Amino acid sequence: MLASLLYILTNIPLLLKGVLIAVEITVCSIALGMVIGILVAFLKIYGSKNMKKVVSIYEWVFRGIPQLVLLFIVYFGLPTIGLNFGPFVSVVIGLGLCSSAYQAQIYRGAILSIGSEQMEAGLSLGMSKFQTLFFIILPQAVRLSLPGFTNEFTIVLKDSPLAYAVGIAEILKYGRDLIVTSFKPFEIYLACAIIYFVLFQLFYYLFKYIASRFEVPGFLIADQ
Amino acid sequence: MSLVRVENVKKSFGKNTVLDGVSFTIEKGEVKVIIGPSGTGKSTLLRCINMLAPPDSGKIWLQDIELTNPKTNLHQMRQKIGMVFQHFALFKHLKAIDNVALGLVKVKGMNRSDAYKKAMNDLQKVGLAEHADKYPAQLSGGQQQRVGIARALAMDPLLMLFDEPTSALDPELIGEVLQVMQNLAKEGMTMVCVTHEMGFAKSVASEIIFMEKGHILEASAPQQMFSNPQNERTRSFLHKIAELYGETL
Repeated sequence: MLASLLYILTNIPLLLKGVLIAVEITVCSIALGMVIGILVAFLKIYGSKNMKKVVSIYEWVFRGIPQLVLLFIVYFGLPTIGLNFGPFVSVVIGLGLCSSAYQAQIYRGAILSIGSEQMEAGLSLGMSKFQTLFFIILPQAVRLSLPGFTNEFTIVLKDSPLAYAVGIAEILKYGRDLIVTSFKPFEIYLACAIIYFVLFQLFYYLFKYIASRFEVPGFLIADQ
Repeated sequence: MSLVRVENVKKSFGKNTVLDGVSFTIEKGEVKVIIGPSGTGKSTLLRCINMLAPPDSGKIWLQDIELTNPKTNLHQMRQKIGMVFQHFALFKHLKAIDNVALGLVKVKGMNRSDAYKKAMNDLQKVGLAEHADKYPAQLSGGQQQRVGIARALAMDPLLMLFDEPTSALDPELIGEVLQVMQNLAKEGMTMVCVTHEMGFAKSVASEIIFMEKGHILEASAPQQMFSNPQNERTRSFLHKIAELYGETL
């Protein structure tokens, strides 16, 4: 028991080499998902009728495909039609597209819950639509979407081991390499689990801290 | 010249015709109270006047500028028309004082210290100077609505539109908002109020407009309207309101 514990502790530094890549995958995927997600959310609310249909189909498709399948399509499938992406870019595209569909829902919900009166109030003061979006809608939407965004970030973080499937050296891959030489799968995978768990907590509390900085009465977001 | 001229304004939402040819004028210093059953286009009419809901046809003039002309700079014209909303519509992420100062800084381009001085002044006018640093969620409904009035007043409008300003308030809080509106009327502010507060209408309105199904059925001075309504529908509507509010009109 003690030996196992020691073995886990001594191998955590080796596995930590994979942490950076896991974080990179998560941050890049979330960023891609955020850019597309915000665009999709705005188009679905403010876009033309046809545009709304197009983005609805987009959301519908990408929420319905497992990330691993999407990842394989991007990494193994697209090269056959001449689109070659490296493993890292493929993972970011796969996780990012999937996340964009979920993030779009988060932002859309946030914007819709702000209500049309806020926009009217801004316009009635003589502000332009853009000014109202920027000074009134956006600051509220950011606050309202923070809890959902935090959730989505941690989900993508926990999906990042999928990168293993296309041979990226992240935490799980380093673990596999160790197991091949040590034959201690239980200890090694447990060590991987601990690392992910700690990472999860770190980001969870980071976002909670950010939320508390943005908190004003009426937007109790840090507790959630 | 009238301050506002509304000429044959029509507006539909889908198949639902909300305004079916409404015309009237507002003179400087007048207080018009619009009454009528719900869904008859009272709020839509207010939103037409400041072009938040542009009419499908018809013309609206503010002084000598036609708002319904697509070339008109609406952002500039809306500064001259203050609006107070039924559900206050305060910017929830901003303190009371920031709510009032925002338009001054972002729209009028005032420097911050002047804007906040003026904003404080306007909050004082509605009796909320000591609540300047509170967020909307920390204020009562009546206080929120008074901040809403101060926010509109801060832009020095020529005209104030009130869209059922007290109908979302507890009975106990209605008085403080009406008091502010009464003071405004006494100071000579031109106002158009959609409200069923008949006491208010009686004491400050220069004209009461009864609307139904997108039309103005009757418009006259309060005394005339209450003592001798011409239209049968007006009569029965006023009767119902009197019953509801327990007032003898």
